[in-house]
Amino acid sequence: MVRLTINGKPHDVDVDPSTPLLWAIRENVGLTGTKYGCGIAICGACTVHLDGVATRSCAMAVSDAVGKEITTIEGLAQNGTLHRVQQAWIAHEVPQCGYCQSGMIMAAAELLKNTPKPTDADIDNAITNICRCGTFQQVRAAIHAAANA
Amino acid sequence: MNVVPNINRRTFVIGSAAVGGGLAIGFDLPFGGPVSAGATGNGPELGVWVVVKPDDSVVVRIARSEMGQGTITGLAQLVAEELECDWSKVSYEYPTPGQSVARKRAWGSYSTGGSRGIRESHEYVRQGGASARLMLLQAAANEWKVPVEQCSAANSVITGPGNRSTTFGKVAEAAAKLPVPDKPKLKDPKDWKIAGKPIKRFGIADKVTGKQVYGFDLTLPGMVNAAIKESPVFGGKVKSFDAAKVSGMKGVKKVMQVGDTAVAVVADTWWQAKTALDALPIVWDEGAHAKVSSETIAESLKAGLDAEQAFVGNQNGDIKAALAGAAKKVEAVYAYPYQNHVCMEPMNATARYTADKCEVWVPTQDGEASFAAVLAASGLPADKCEVYKLDLGGGFGRRGAFQDYVHQAVTIAKEMPGTPVKLLWSREEDMAQGRFHPVMQCKLVGALDKDNNLTGLHMRLSGQSILAAVRPQVVEQQKGRDPLVFQGVADSGEHAFGYTIPNLLVDHAMRNPHVPPGFWRGVNINQNCIFLECFMDELATAAGQDALEFRRKLLGKHPRNLAVLNAVAEQVGWGKPAPQGVFRGLSHMKAFGAYVAAAAEVSVTGNKIKVHRIVAATDPTYAVNPSQIDRQVAGSFVYGLSALFYQECTVKDGRIVELNFDSYDSMRIAQMPKVESIIMPAGGDGPWGGVGEPTICVAAPAVLNAYAAATGKRVRSFPLKNHNLELA
Ligand code: FES
Ligand code: FES
Repeated sequence: MVRLTINGKPHDVDVDPSTPLLWAIRENVGLTGTKYGCGIAICGACTVHLDGVATRSCAMAVSDAVGKEITTIEGLAQNGTLHRVQQAWIAHEVPQCGYCQSGMIMAAAELLKNTPKPTDADIDNAITNICRCGTFQQVRAAIHAAANA
Repeated sequence: MNVVPNINRRTFVIGSAAVGGGLAIGFDLPFGGPVSAGATGNGPELGVWVVVKPDDSVVVRIARSEMGQGTITGLAQLVAEELECDWSKVSYEYPTPGQSVARKRAWGSYSTGGSRGIRESHEYVRQGGASARLMLLQAAANEWKVPVEQCSAANSVITGPGNRSTTFGKVAEAAAKLPVPDKPKLKDPKDWKIAGKPIKRFGIADKVTGKQVYGFDLTLPGMVNAAIKESPVFGGKVKSFDAAKVSGMKGVKKVMQVGDTAVAVVADTWWQAKTALDALPIVWDEGAHAKVSSETIAESLKAGLDAEQAFVGNQNGDIKAALAGAAKKVEAVYAYPYQNHVCMEPMNATARYTADKCEVWVPTQDGEASFAAVLAASGLPADKCEVYKLDLGGGFGRRGAFQDYVHQAVTIAKEMPGTPVKLLWSREEDMAQGRFHPVMQCKLVGALDKDNNLTGLHMRLSGQSILAAVRPQVVEQQKGRDPLVFQGVADSGEHAFGYTIPNLLVDHAMRNPHVPPGFWRGVNINQNCIFLECFMDELATAAGQDALEFRRKLLGKHPRNLAVLNAVAEQVGWGKPAPQGVFRGLSHMKAFGAYVAAAAEVSVTGNKIKVHRIVAATDPTYAVNPSQIDRQVAGSFVYGLSALFYQECTVKDGRIVELNFDSYDSMRIAQMPKVESIIMPAGGDGPWGGVGEPTICVAAPAVLNAYAAATGKRVRSFPLKNHNLELA
C-alpha cells in the first residue's frame, strides 16, 4: 500500500512499489486525464506536477512520489475556474485529437509559473512534448495569450 | 480546361478502395438484417439525420468519426445550414453501426479516411438537413392551414402569413409523421451562414480538462485488462509459451494464445498484465520471412526500376522516341522508406462477450469495419453484435481498414464470457504491428530539347502495393495493377497529374515485401510528390530555368493547379530577394480532389536545416470550416516533415526495429515552421476536395527544393537523418 496525495486528496493504492506513477494514477486512482504515449519519458503525454515541477509520470516509480504533492490535469482548475492555460487552449482551439494535450497543458502551466512572459525561445526549451496531430502553431499562440491574460 | 475533374469508373474504384466503402468495401455486412434497433436519440426524428426535441434543441447524427480533424463539426454545420436552425442549439450523436445495419445503411458509409469525411457525404447530409426543414415547414403550414410556400424558416423559428410564428420544437412531433422529401433543392453556397464559417469545433473543453474518454480510458464495471504480443516477424506464429512462469504473478487472471499469432495476458490492471507479458517466455515459429531486411527489400525494389514488366498508370506520346531524341537527358533515383502511423493513443479495444451479445467499444475510423470484425471474431449474427465508437487519439489511416485489435479483443473476451476485457497495446506493440506506409523507389528520366523544353518524362515506380494486400479484389479487377500507386500522377480524376508533357510514361513495377502495408495520412502522394516535384526542380536546373517559370509553362492546361502555385509563389515573395541566408523551394500537386501547393523558406547551417516558414495554398472547391482547414494544413506539415527528417521503419530479421519514439522521433514545437495557409476554394459544381491529407505531400518537396537551392545538393533517399541532416 502506498499513500499518494493527488490534487490535494490522499489516496491509498495497493500496487507494487515499482509500478510507474502513471499507471497508479490511471488504474488505481482512476484519473485517466493523464495519458500514456511512450512509457519511456520521451513524449510528455503523462506529464503531471510533482511539488509543482512538471514530471513525466510514466518513468517514475510510484514509491518515489510518496510524500509529494501530485497535480494532474483534473486538478489544474481551481475552485471551478479553469487555469488560464486551459482557457487560452479553448479560445485558440488548440486540441485536435486531444490525446497529447493534458501533458502539453501541464508543461505549459509550469512554464508560465516559472517564466510569466516567455519568449518563443523559452517556449521551445520548455515544451518538448510530442503531438502527432501537429498543434504546435496553436500551442505557441495560446501560451503567449495565457501569459498576457 | 480541367476545372471539373473527370469522374470515370476507374477513379471511383480508386476512391472507394482507398477507404473501404462502396465497391471495394472489403467486408460483408447483412444490411437490413433482423436487428430491432430503432432511432437512437429520444425525440422526433426528421429523416435519418436530424432529431428536433420539444425544447428546440437539435441533434445531428454523424456517421463519420472524429479524431481531431473537425469532421463532425463540419458535417453538423452543413446539416444546420440547410435546416435553418439556431447553431447554439445543435449537438451531435453517433448512430451505432448496429443501427446502420438494421436500417439498411441509412447513414451511408462510416469510413473516415481518404479525406472523405465531408467531401463524400456533403450532398446527402445537406439534403438531410433540407428535408427536415421542409418537414417542419409543412407541419407548421398544416397546423395553420396555409400554403407551405408562405412559410419560411430561420434560426429555428418558422414564420407564416399574418405574423404567424412557431418554433421547430413545437412542430417537430407533427413533422416527424410526414413523409421525408426526396432530394430537396440545396442552398447556393453563396448564401451560407453557418457552413463556410470558422465555427468552433465540438469537444474542445473536454480535451483540456482531461474529461474526454478515449478508448484507453474506458472503464466498465467488472472490467479486466489485457496486454498482447503478436509475432514480431510478420507471418510468424506462436510455437509455445510457459504460462506457469507468470500465472502466479499479482493480478494475473489468464495467460492465453490469441489466434495462431499472438499471446495475451489478462490481469486486474493493465500494468500487471504488461509486466507479466514481458516476463512470459514465448517461443515463436518465425516462418518464412525471418531473414528479410531493409537491404534485401531495397535490392528487390532496385531491380524493379529497370524491369521489363510494369503496370502503366499514365501515358501519352512516345516516351522512347522522346528520350532517344533528347538533346539532354536528366536521370535520378529516389527512395522512400516504410513509415509508421504512431497515433498518440496506441491501438486498443474493449469487448464484452456473452452467447447472446458481443459489444465492443473502440476508437475507429470506420465503425462498419469494426462491426464486421466483431461479427467475424464473435461468430454471432449481426443482431447480437454492437459497436460503440469512441473519439480517436489519432487515426492517420491506421484505424480504418485494419481492425486487428478488435479481432483480438473479442477473441480474448470470448474466453471470459460476461467479463469486459480492455485490450491495450503498448507503444512497442503498436509500432511492431503497424500497417506501414509502403516502401517505394522511383527512377525518373527527363528529356530536354535543344531549347531546354521538357519533351518527355518517364517515371518508373518500383515498390509495394497497399491494395494488393488490403483490397486484392480491386487489384484483380485491374489485372494485377494497383491504381492507387499513381496517386498524384494519375491520368485523370482526383489525383490527376497536373503537367502537360508531350511524351509521358508513369509505370509501376510491383514488389511486395512481407511487411504489411497500410494507408498512412496522404497514402501514396507522400512519395509521389517528392519524386515528381524534386525532379521538376532538377529538370529546371538542368534547363537553366527558374523553378516557378519552368512549372508554369507546363501548367497552362490546368488553371487550378497553376492558381495554387501562383498563390504561394506570390505570398512567399518568389523572385524577390529572400532574407539573408534564406532559400526558397516550391511544390504542388492535386490530391484527394484538392489542389495544393507550398513554398518553403529554409536556411542551412552545417548539417542543420531550419525551416522558417511555409506558405501553403489549398483549393478544396468548398471550405466548410476555414479555421479547421488551417489547423489541418499546419498539422499535416508536422506529420510530413517528421517523416522526412526523422522517420524510417527499418526491417531486420523480418521484423521492425523502431519500437518507440527513442528511435522514431517526431517534430517538437522548437522545429515548427511558421505556416501561413491560403484557403482558396474555387467553388462551382464539381466534386469537392479533401482537407486532412492533401497538403501533407507538398511540405517535404518544398523543403528539399529549398535545401538544394541553399546548398546545390540533392538528397534522394529518406529520412534526412540518414544523411546526417537535422531539423533545427
Ligand atoms: S508516456 Fe510518459 S513521456 Fe510518454
Ligand atoms: S492533439 Fe492529437 S496528438 Fe496532439
